[in-house]
Amino acid sequence: MPSTIRVRAISSGDLTEVQALIQHPMDSGFMTDAQGATIPAHFIQELTFECKDKKVFVADWGPAVSKDPYVKFSFKGAAKGDDLKISWVDNKGATDTITAKIQ
Amino acid sequence: MRVGMLFQSGLIALALALLAQAAPAADAPDPAAEAKAFRDYFVKKFPKVKLDDFVNGPYSMNEDMRKQWQEKEQFPPYEFALEAGKEMFATRFKNGKSYADCFLNGGIGIRQNYPYFDEKEGKVVTLELALNRCRETNGEAPYSYVEDEMASLTAYMAFTSRGRPMDIKIPNDPRALEAYENGKRYFYTRRGQLNFSCASCHVQGPGERIRAEILAPALGIMNALPIYRSEWSGMGTTSRRLITCNSQTRAVPLEPQSDEYRDVEFYLSYMSNGLPISGPGARP
Amino acid sequence: MSNLRNIALAAVLLISRAMPALAASEADFEAAYAAAEAAEKDAGTLRNQWTTTEAELAAAKKAAAAGDFDAAIAAATEAEALAKASIFQATSETERWKDAQIR
Repeated sequence: MPSTIRVRAISSGDLTEVQALIQHPMDSGFMTDAQGATIPAHFIQELTFECKDKKVFVADWGPAVSKDPYVKFSFKGAAKGDDLKISWVDNKGATDTITAKIQ
Repeated sequence: MRVGMLFQSGLIALALALLAQAAPAADAPDPAAEAKAFRDYFVKKFPKVKLDDFVNGPYSMNEDMRKQWQEKEQFPPYEFALEAGKEMFATRFKNGKSYADCFLNGGIGIRQNYPYFDEKEGKVVTLELALNRCRETNGEAPYSYVEDEMASLTAYMAFTSRGRPMDIKIPNDPRALEAYENGKRYFYTRRGQLNFSCASCHVQGPGERIRAEILAPALGIMNALPIYRSEWSGMGTTSRRLITCNSQTRAVPLEPQSDEYRDVEFYLSYMSNGLPISGPGARP
Repeated sequence: MSNLRNIALAAVLLISRAMPALAASEADFEAAYAAAEAAEKDAGTLRNQWTTTEAELAAAKKAAAAGDFDAAIAAATEAEALAKASIFQATSETERWKDAQIR
């Protein structure tokens, strides 16, 4: 099954800029469907970016984050060729993970 | 004496020429002239905007929005829909045929030719309509015109045509001209309790705000469709956009692919001939 | 004793007076709703109905179902006015649209 995570990490000098797009419904649990039934909450609770066994970015998410979230951030201390591991866990206990090389 | 007569006949000729100009030609519309007038209006109103840039809608009208959009285009929100569309397009029907069998060039790089006037049927055929007809001809159930599947499919087809100039033809057929006229009339007619026409926002108001949104110019507006809207958290079809525009003016929307919608798509696309396809687009 | 009888008589008279008024209300509603519906149907033929007209018609029906015929008649009357306004809009726009055309 294809990964839900798209990532691009580009190193420039000391800084690595990371962009990630994650495919996830991010249902808040407050919306109703056409028949009026509540769509159950289904959202990512924790999103983690790790590099060289260190967590460089951790996000604690809730129902306010919209569908297919996009994240962008920069961090120091990595270089081209290093591995960047991204993983998420949602409120149903589902997970996904991907490792990408920093370019 | 001869000079006098020459002078007199000259005067008569001049009078006749003036009369001929004063009397308007028969009410046949001149789409090419109207398209030029349409383009000139927007070019004059926005002298700093390059002609091709009008297809980027609000981003051609507002620098701050453009910056945000360009950043997002590095990692576009419509990536998932586009991939889904590509996969759907390549998947064969149960009878072994595929979408490629229904379209010229296997359906790749042809979006700019839609909608077209079908002289056999005597009506405008849009890309969405053609796709569903392809499905039905091959024993498959048609897709909803306002849901994800049709949006993904048309997104992929638009993507294969990115950069190609819109190329809508009006055949020399009175029914085609009538469809063009109907589309034009629909575009300029006020509707809904809020009494807006398409032109109210997209001719009078491009660059202005409607609540929190920046309005797009009508020139090139079809070129970006289908669009991923942040508001929809997903990709939406041309049908969906027309329908929601209607309900936003408190007009009861028509059925998807109604004659009116097909004709207005025909008219607006023709008005944008020569401008590049920019779809699938991303909008707020 | 005769007082009680008078009161009873008065009560019967009042009730019998009130009954015809109630029945008229329902009939009045039916008439008002029919008129509104007919106007909305004409607007439909002109392909120019308003969402607010539809909402008022629905509100009228809902009020009538709850027995509140005053509110139902008010909503139906409003719906008819809206429908007629939408018809006026459609008919006047058949010529007016030309004024807006880019030339």
